[in-house]
Amino acid sequence: MSPDDALVPLTYDPTELDRSLAGWRRTLLDGYRWMLLARALDRRMLGLQRQGRVGFYGAATGQEAVSVGAALALTPDDWVFPGLREQLIALVRGHPLPTYVHHLFATDLDPARGRQMPCHPTARDVRYVSMSSVIGTQITQGVGLAYALKAKRQPGAVLAFFGDGATSANDFHAGLNLAGVWRTPVLFCCTNNQWAISQPVERQTGVRELAQKAAAYGLPGRRVDGTDLIAVYREVRDALARIRSGAGPEMLEFLLYRMTAHSSSDDPTRYQAADWMSRAAARDPVPRVERFLLDTGLLTEEARGRLAEEVDREVRAAVAEAEAAPPPDPASLFQDVFASASPGSFGR
Amino acid sequence: MVQAINRAMFEAMRADPNVLVLGEDVGVNGGVFRATEGLQKEFGPDRVLDTPLSETGIVGTAVGMALYGLKPVAEIQFVDFIYPAFDQIVSEIAKFRYRSGGQYPCHVVIRSPYGGGIKGGLYHSQSPEAYFAHTAGLKVVIPSTPADAKGLLLSAIFDDDPVLFLEPKRIYRAVTGEVPDGDHRVQIGQAATVRPGSDVSVFAYGAMMPPALQAAETLAAEGISAEVVDLRSLVPLDEAAVLASVEKTGRAVIVHEAPRFCGFGAELSAILAEKALYSLKAPVVRVTGYDTPFPYALESLYLPGADRIAHAVRATARAA
Repeated sequence: MSPDDALVPLTYDPTELDRSLAGWRRTLLDGYRWMLLARALDRRMLGLQRQGRVGFYGAATGQEAVSVGAALALTPDDWVFPGLREQLIALVRGHPLPTYVHHLFATDLDPARGRQMPCHPTARDVRYVSMSSVIGTQITQGVGLAYALKAKRQPGAVLAFFGDGATSANDFHAGLNLAGVWRTPVLFCCTNNQWAISQPVERQTGVRELAQKAAAYGLPGRRVDGTDLIAVYREVRDALARIRSGAGPEMLEFLLYRMTAHSSSDDPTRYQAADWMSRAAARDPVPRVERFLLDTGLLTEEARGRLAEEVDREVRAAVAEAEAAPPPDPASLFQDVFASASPGSFGR
Repeated sequence: MVQAINRAMFEAMRADPNVLVLGEDVGVNGGVFRATEGLQKEFGPDRVLDTPLSETGIVGTAVGMALYGLKPVAEIQFVDFIYPAFDQIVSEIAKFRYRSGGQYPCHVVIRSPYGGGIKGGLYHSQSPEAYFAHTAGLKVVIPSTPADAKGLLLSAIFDDDPVLFLEPKRIYRAVTGEVPDGDHRVQIGQAATVRPGSDVSVFAYGAMMPPALQAAETLAAEGISAEVVDLRSLVPLDEAAVLASVEKTGRAVIVHEAPRFCGFGAELSAILAEKALYSLKAPVVRVTGYDTPFPYALESLYLPGADRIAHAVRATARAA
């Protein structure tokens, strides 16, 4: 799939949006600022990774509009089961940036005591569930939590995120199938950045759009332009409204363009066409929303510069704090295996 | 025993509205072994869920329920079919508390019938406990009596940690016994010295307990006093009870129906070598299934019986 034949039609009327910009001002500016912050964090962390100051990093560059648009559409009652590139959702929902950066540096102040690789945070404070590196297991888990919400008559819904590669994995099929039977309040969010490490999406599936897979489980599926902050926000908001009203689970496929390597351990020149990165950069969601804000007068050049400086300062301060923090206490190696320390000697 | 397991689930569901049961055929049908009989009628289809045929779906959704704070009791119809859920068990359930720094405990109970002796062939007979005992963060419990089955299952459901509860289906109905009423609990992690003795320690669990006890009875007539210890829980292991018994007898025979190579007996044997070597008067002997797939026609040859156990204990008792 080349970027040129994969265009997704606008799912909203831009002239209507123009007429109601006042109501959107706060949402769009907030979202834009978070996207800038994520971009600044990615840039800084990839640099630090190359210097050997953090062990690993998986950038979300190019996918910021999905995380921010979805996060802005959530209520505090909702739960998020993330994939690899959704950490920004935790931040938008209020998880402190310094805490996340402690996680990236695996310090003693990481809530998970440095036990996971970077980019695998845990943030129960904002109902952001801890993820493994296993592909797709969070999908059935999200369905289970949504079942609990429904059984307990709680107001929230669940967003279960996964990439294009995960649509080939067992738990994608098991999860959508179960949700279809149980009608749980869950929104399946597929971030199709068109690459599962080296495999392009057309080597992952025989269907033209991943959203079509939802039909096999009796669910509506819809492809959305994942580089358009406004489209993502509106689609997630509207899907959640339907789900909360009891209309049953749905799937959204966000079409994206992976603008970086899979992770700091990957070299995409081995498998990507020479022009992929530049074509992907043409679909960068950050300048896209920036252009819209400038054109509509919601943002001035001066404010843009100020915001960029602000987020850069925040990132630098958080990095400095984490770099000064101690590594995990060795005793933490044996904690949290079980609820109490008593069962067994842990091989000591 | 299967009624005791059924009573435990009734007790737990009555005591706590957060307990729910899910699995294949567990609702209307009451389970293929009738372990969940009557539960759906009393507690309704929202708390006793008949699931689609997907083990990773059963366990994966149980994980999500547990993360929210419910106490799911998932049934895998035969443990031979647990492997689609292996990822959820070893990569997710066992690691959630650790990887989240305690923010996301994942208290799931997985009940599953295991073991041979019912003419079930390769795929309705296996004993895979060692795969799971090897996984840090997961408790592995195997009862051998109806009272323990009820008491250990109730403890498992109200434990704070995930528990794989393996049920010896061969003795679901063959072994009977008094079962205390009400909220009867047996603490997880304590072995039971079922028959005290002085010459040889026999360590067994689950469906190997009846033949181990029968062997001890036979040997008593020959003047050999075998102490039979029911481990009841492999993780956590009651290491103190194992060591105390061997310090007393100086001889050990380990019995399980799983294959020998890297079976749970290998761990017990290693513990004895590391911590009880100076108490040992004879080599540790394992009586186990063979290192073959589980056979259909020849299962009685494959499974350790009272004769094989008695033979091993006799030889161990006489070893100089």
